[in-house]
Amino acid sequence: MTDKSKGLPSLTRRATLAGLAAGGATLAMPGILRAQGETIRIGFPTPLTGPFAAEAKDQVKSAELAVKLINDKGGIAGRKVELLVRDDKLNAGEAATRTLELIEKDKVHAIVGALSSAVQLAVNEVTRARGIIYVSISQSDTINEIKDFSRFTFHEALNPHMTTAAVAKHTFKKDSKVAYLVADYAYGHEMLRGFKRAQQAIGATSVGEILHPFGAADYSTFMPRLRSMRPDILCICNFGRDQANSVKQAVDFGMNRQSKIVVPVLLHNQRLAIGPEAFEGVIGGANYYWGLEDTIPTAKSFNDAFKAANGGAYPTDYGAYGFSGVYSLLLAMEKAGGTDTDKVIAALEALKYDIAKGPQHYRKCDHQSVQSVLVLESKKKAEMKNEADLFKVLATEPASETILRSCSELGFPA
Amino acid sequence: MDAELIAMQLFSGVALGAILIMVALGLSIIFGMLGVVNFAHGALFMIGAYAGLWVASLTGSFWWGLLIAPIAIGAFGMLIERFLIRPLYKRSIDDPLLLTFGLGYVLVEAVRIVFGSDGIPFQTPPELAGVADLGIGFFPIYRLFVVAVVAVILVLLWLGLEKTKFGLIVRAGAKDPQIMRVLGVDIAKVWLLVFGLGIGLTALGGVLAAPMRNVNPEMGSLVLAEAFVVTVIGGMGSLVGAVVAGLLVGVAISMTALFAPEMATIVMFALMALVLLVRPHGLFGKPVRG
Repeated sequence: MTDKSKGLPSLTRRATLAGLAAGGATLAMPGILRAQGETIRIGFPTPLTGPFAAEAKDQVKSAELAVKLINDKGGIAGRKVELLVRDDKLNAGEAATRTLELIEKDKVHAIVGALSSAVQLAVNEVTRARGIIYVSISQSDTINEIKDFSRFTFHEALNPHMTTAAVAKHTFKKDSKVAYLVADYAYGHEMLRGFKRAQQAIGATSVGEILHPFGAADYSTFMPRLRSMRPDILCICNFGRDQANSVKQAVDFGMNRQSKIVVPVLLHNQRLAIGPEAFEGVIGGANYYWGLEDTIPTAKSFNDAFKAANGGAYPTDYGAYGFSGVYSLLLAMEKAGGTDTDKVIAALEALKYDIAKGPQHYRKCDHQSVQSVLVLESKKKAEMKNEADLFKVLATEPASETILRSCSELGFPA
Repeated sequence: MDAELIAMQLFSGVALGAILIMVALGLSIIFGMLGVVNFAHGALFMIGAYAGLWVASLTGSFWWGLLIAPIAIGAFGMLIERFLIRPLYKRSIDDPLLLTFGLGYVLVEAVRIVFGSDGIPFQTPPELAGVADLGIGFFPIYRLFVVAVVAVILVLLWLGLEKTKFGLIVRAGAKDPQIMRVLGVDIAKVWLLVFGLGIGLTALGGVLAAPMRNVNPEMGSLVLAEAFVVTVIGGMGSLVGAVVAGLLVGVAISMTALFAPEMATIVMFALMALVLLVRPHGLFGKPVRG
């Protein structure tokens, strides 16, 4: 159970000397700075420290795998690819600073990353202002809307609208009474908005909403009121350790006896950290689960490559974002024959890719990745075939634009 | 808003306060006697949880973890006092503070290296799982157990301080260590034991909290902040203050959760600010000299 962010580039003496020599050469010949052989640098800000650290580390591992697979094939147009990982500390200001640094100082060709909706919007601001391609791998609805849209930004993650619609479809029923426990920040708010929209369409009703402070360790004080609402469904909209703690404590209070516990995104790492007992029967959405390999060949090859590179460990949901975010970008760069911004944007808009979870493509108007949404249920301990056998796939909502809000609703001209 | 819900909410607040009391007591006792503001207290709470987890997984029983971990970590605390803090007593109050501040970071990082940073499951012991009907509503049996354990510890602590010779020395030593030395009491030994006791209490708090929360390297940092708020409200160095303020903060958080849930974290800081304005030395604290 050790934890080291392996693969961060370490400098050997030889590499340093080579770098110095190359630096000298660059100074001497500024005219050919962007030569054929120049390494393609991808900046990767992600919250390596803080409550989402487990998810962030998986993102890094998977992003590194994507880079490795491309480099093993000889890179892009003969150029090597390098990943520059930075800790954004789950802080919008820190993320903006790190991103600016990556662009100005490290001269990255594109940015992939961020793991919180608020942080992601900060990165989006910087990349939009600087005209740098950004592949976002954190859930957000606002990033699709015309107000925050950047033609340089592509959204590889699911968005709350599609996630909540899929989860609600398979859990809410007509006249279901739903109580919400929601983290009081962008992620929670967006998920709540999505669920309430789906709830209305299905004909379920809300019996109450409680906002909780982000990062709370104890949820016991919310439980008596949630119980008094007598919900059929307790919908807990939060992320990372907040999900682990709140689900566990809801079960401690016996909430799972009177209500079904539903979460927007059922997190692989949090289920691991809390154990099967507390999560038993909890239902939630996901972008990826390794168990897809039974039916999807690219999932199998992604799992195998990941396991080979990480000592047999299975890839996770948020890890898969790191992989597909970087890999889709590199595929587009390959098609574009390099890093020319406009050409890469055009290539991303035209790209059809299937790299881990079946067919995906970026919708032209808002650059949202059209992809499947999984609905998972956490298994009983007795049903688990091995340590990583956490979830049952209840349903797969197929990749289709019909599960997204329409371009015109988002404010884009028809 | 019915009376049962409010009663339930009050009770949740008391249960929440119980863990805070365990951490704040140690913090307060160490400050009161040794004059050391122990910034490693949260980290030692976390170490307590990990130690409990480790012992429980070795022995297969939560009860051994609950018994052994606080004693072992208390002993570890004595080593810290003897070899790290004692050499600094002659210096200014800042030096032990800085030392424990750094020590907290070292301990958290060490746990990250040994156990990973992702957090580890800690199941509620099966004999304490489930919920009990209190008449006003349902409450987890485990949380009732925690309240009971804390109550027992408080009674033992009170008996120990009021009815034993050691308690007499401790109370006298807190008032005037110089006189105690003159009277031939080995005050260094008393301080060593008091530090160990304070750390043992926070470690016990960690083990007790573990089945309710995810056990992870950062679990102590939030608790430390809460415990400081409790000791400041109660009065630095006052044991009664730590108990009363712990309950007060627990109930304040709980009642806020009912009426304005998004304010539930901030309310304790507001309470602290209010108390400081009215009684700068806390509810039960002695006014600071000089």
